Amino acid sequence: MTHPSDTGSAPVLALRDISKSFGAVRALRDVSLELFPGEVHALAGENGAGKSTLIKTLAGVHRPDAGQVLLDGAPVVFHGPGDARDAGIAVIYQEPTLFPDLSIAENIFMGRQPRRALGRIDHKAVHAATAALMQRLGVELDPDRPARGLSIADQQIVEIAKALSFDARVLIMDEPTAALTGSEVARLFGVVRTLREQGAAVLFISHRLEEIFEICQKVTTLRDGAWIASEPLHGMTEDDLVRRMVGRDLEELYPKQDVSPGEVALSVRRLTREGVFTDVSFDVRRGEIVGLAGLVGAGRTEVARAVFGIDRWDAGEVEVDGRELTNGAPSTAMAAGLALVPEDRRAQGLVMDMSIERNIGLTGLRTTVKAGLMDRGAERSRSLDWAVKLQVKYARIADTVNTLSGGNQQKVVLAKWLATGPKVLIVDEPTRGIDVGTKAEVHRLLSQLAADGVAVLMISSDLPEILGMADRVLVMHEGRLTAEISRTDATEETVMAAATGRTAA
Amino acid sequence: MTVISPNPAPVADVPKAGATRLVDRVFKMRELAILLVFLVMIAVTQAGNSEFLSEQGIKDLLLNATILVLVATGQSLVVITRNVDLSVGSTLGISAFAAGTYLQGGGNPVVAIALAVLLGIGFGLLNGLLVSLGQVPALVVTLGTLYIIRGIDSIWVGSRQITAADLPAGFVDFGSGGISAVPYLALIALAVLVATAYYLKHFGSGRELYALGSNPEAARLAGIPVRKRILAAYTFCGALAGLAGAMYLARFGNVDSGTGNGYELTVVSAVVVGGVVFTGGSGSVYGAALGALLLTSINSVLPALGVSSVWVLAINGILLILAIAVDRIVALRVASALKKRNARHA
Ligand SMILES: Nc1ncnc2c1ncn2[C@@H]1O[C@H](COP(=O)(O)OP(=O)(O)OP(=O)(O)O)[C@@H](O)[C@H]1O
Ligand SMILES: [Mg+2]
Repeated sequence: MTHPSDTGSAPVLALRDISKSFGAVRALRDVSLELFPGEVHALAGENGAGKSTLIKTLAGVHRPDAGQVLLDGAPVVFHGPGDARDAGIAVIYQEPTLFPDLSIAENIFMGRQPRRALGRIDHKAVHAATAALMQRLGVELDPDRPARGLSIADQQIVEIAKALSFDARVLIMDEPTAALTGSEVARLFGVVRTLREQGAAVLFISHRLEEIFEICQKVTTLRDGAWIASEPLHGMTEDDLVRRMVGRDLEELYPKQDVSPGEVALSVRRLTREGVFTDVSFDVRRGEIVGLAGLVGAGRTEVARAVFGIDRWDAGEVEVDGRELTNGAPSTAMAAGLALVPEDRRAQGLVMDMSIERNIGLTGLRTTVKAGLMDRGAERSRSLDWAVKLQVKYARIADTVNTLSGGNQQKVVLAKWLATGPKVLIVDEPTRGIDVGTKAEVHRLLSQLAADGVAVLMISSDLPEILGMADRVLVMHEGRLTAEISRTDATEETVMAAATGRTAA
Repeated sequence: MTVISPNPAPVADVPKAGATRLVDRVFKMRELAILLVFLVMIAVTQAGNSEFLSEQGIKDLLLNATILVLVATGQSLVVITRNVDLSVGSTLGISAFAAGTYLQGGGNPVVAIALAVLLGIGFGLLNGLLVSLGQVPALVVTLGTLYIIRGIDSIWVGSRQITAADLPAGFVDFGSGGISAVPYLALIALAVLVATAYYLKHFGSGRELYALGSNPEAARLAGIPVRKRILAAYTFCGALAGLAGAMYLARFGNVDSGTGNGYELTVVSAVVVGGVVFTGGSGSVYGAALGALLLTSINSVLPALGVSSVWVLAINGILLILAIAVDRIVALRVASALKKRNARHA
């Protein structure tokens, strides 16, 4: 990796002694950061450390309580996101911010469309520029398609395209890769490298440490809103970085316990949803963690949704403990002991303006209702129990979920479903957006659940996670199951071969 | 640095995916469907009563629709931003009376119309400020201004009344005149409609109205001046309600303190029947205008067919619920069609 020396060049954008509080929560305390042209700078820290808050301060979304933002060395005040954009700062936020009713092209160019005479929008140019962006990112998304119904990965792609669509001097990316798989990440990094060589300053956030080491030259670490260090990555190891973030050494990331699988708990037979997935059959036994791997768009999430009854299937059957489930009925699936932690947690897993306590409690209404009335005490103690187990970082359990950091929202969804005490647990991307420390904790929990006899189906795009946690790996490719690989035979090569359609030996 | 040239030169040939075509078709279909229902209704009526489509018949039909089309056009802009303006009926009433009072004193008709529009702009600004600054839902705010404006109107007007006899003959003739079967008023409404539609499609600030109705938080992050746009939408809506007041005066010549009472509900129905979605972000002013045309023509069709006009309200209601049901079903179908085509990693 080359090292552009920053001696001589001045920071394009800098934060000096920034503080920001939300009520009693001190999200940032005297944080400083300097971004140099031609450099990719990583921002590391656990969930709730203040990374997104810092980005929003740079982007003009939040006004700092104290401290300065410096642009080319001169103090500036951004009165809104528009000001920051006009200063050449492009931002990809952690949560996609699309307009569902508008086309992808309109989403990308909203507020700064190319114009023709009389200030009218040049629709042709907007379309062409969007098509060019999509080509550059290597995806086939129709620029005229509305954003509604895009998968999370595609939403993320549109966000990236949006940020690349103008001459940004500073590109800020808050977990842009969380929903992407290998090839897409590689494309993104290719684009980022080009930008860097052209002299852009980039700020990059990811909980995947290997990505930080791959693309970044420097790293700034935050812990509980406080600045810990800013240093070159050269010569650092992942363990060093984790120690900065967590403040201690980390235990085993994949604490898989050995279990001997019991009888079949979930049985899926020849399940088909036309145009989405075809002839999918598999079993998951008690005590087993089965990994479901594949590229984004292979149909894994769709299978999970159909099994749980959110989408209807066109043919096939699903059994839990020998009891057949009704097509398209999540309530019978839940009653049979099935739980699904969905991929799109913000949209499908949370009621954003309800409290943490109530969100976790939602799935347990059945057990916490006494004589038709809700037993709030029971709900609270149960919710607290799970919030603590998953180390959710919050001020008060009665706070609304939308005040939590992205990763902590994920944990609330996990807690909500784990709290149902399921017999069969389907988790879709269980550790997406979750920091390394908690990741190990989630893995330990899954492993513990399996040891207690729960059948776990784990969908994940994180190969090391699949390899580290699964007793058996199922691989999907273009809507079909293409391989079943035992723990001993599963390697990156065998799984990727099946996922990309090259039949493994 | 990244240069995505905004020239139309390298049009990469992106094949139009089937999903997009479907969605396009559905949205166009919505307007086509209303047009179809309208035409069938007219045809059936004509078959039952050959007098219906006489020159005067057509003229009446258009005249009746004109005022509603105008107000519905303004209302659409507000609804697109995920808001609503319930005060349009009151604004229409008070501007009509103001213009009438001015004309009664021997004023110039053009100034009278300008006066009505200005009054409308004033109330529009008031609504817009209250909605964009206060954290109160538009429904509540404009329900308040509905009563406030109506209250002012009642105190000011009392039991007075303006009749056609009080108005300059030229003004009244303009209100009922036209080029063969097409009334002048309808031409004005059409011009406003086409200009508004063009603005919404081709100007940045027009698209931003859709954006902020579709996702207000994202609009803020995209640097769209949300308050300014909402204020503008309300002001425009008020202006058109004012203009509609002047037209009302020209057409009917008869205005009192009750003019425009309850009109807001008809307007909102027209907008919703026309496919402007109440949760913001989608729909077109053409749709709203067609909705207005459909609703008003029912008023003329039923009497022409010898059906008692007591049915009009019930039928309006049925149309409204039908429209919402159709929207819902179409939305679900489109969503599932899009989902099935999501697999892009071929
Ligand atoms: N709007 C808000 N209101 C109240 N508290 C907030 C708000 N936004 C953030 N916080 C709090 O500020 C802290 C920092 O949150 P932030 O989103 O910056 O974390 P993060 O480092 O991005 O975490 P993650 O990795 O989970 O995305 C958290 O404790 C969070 O609960
Ligand atoms: Mg964050």
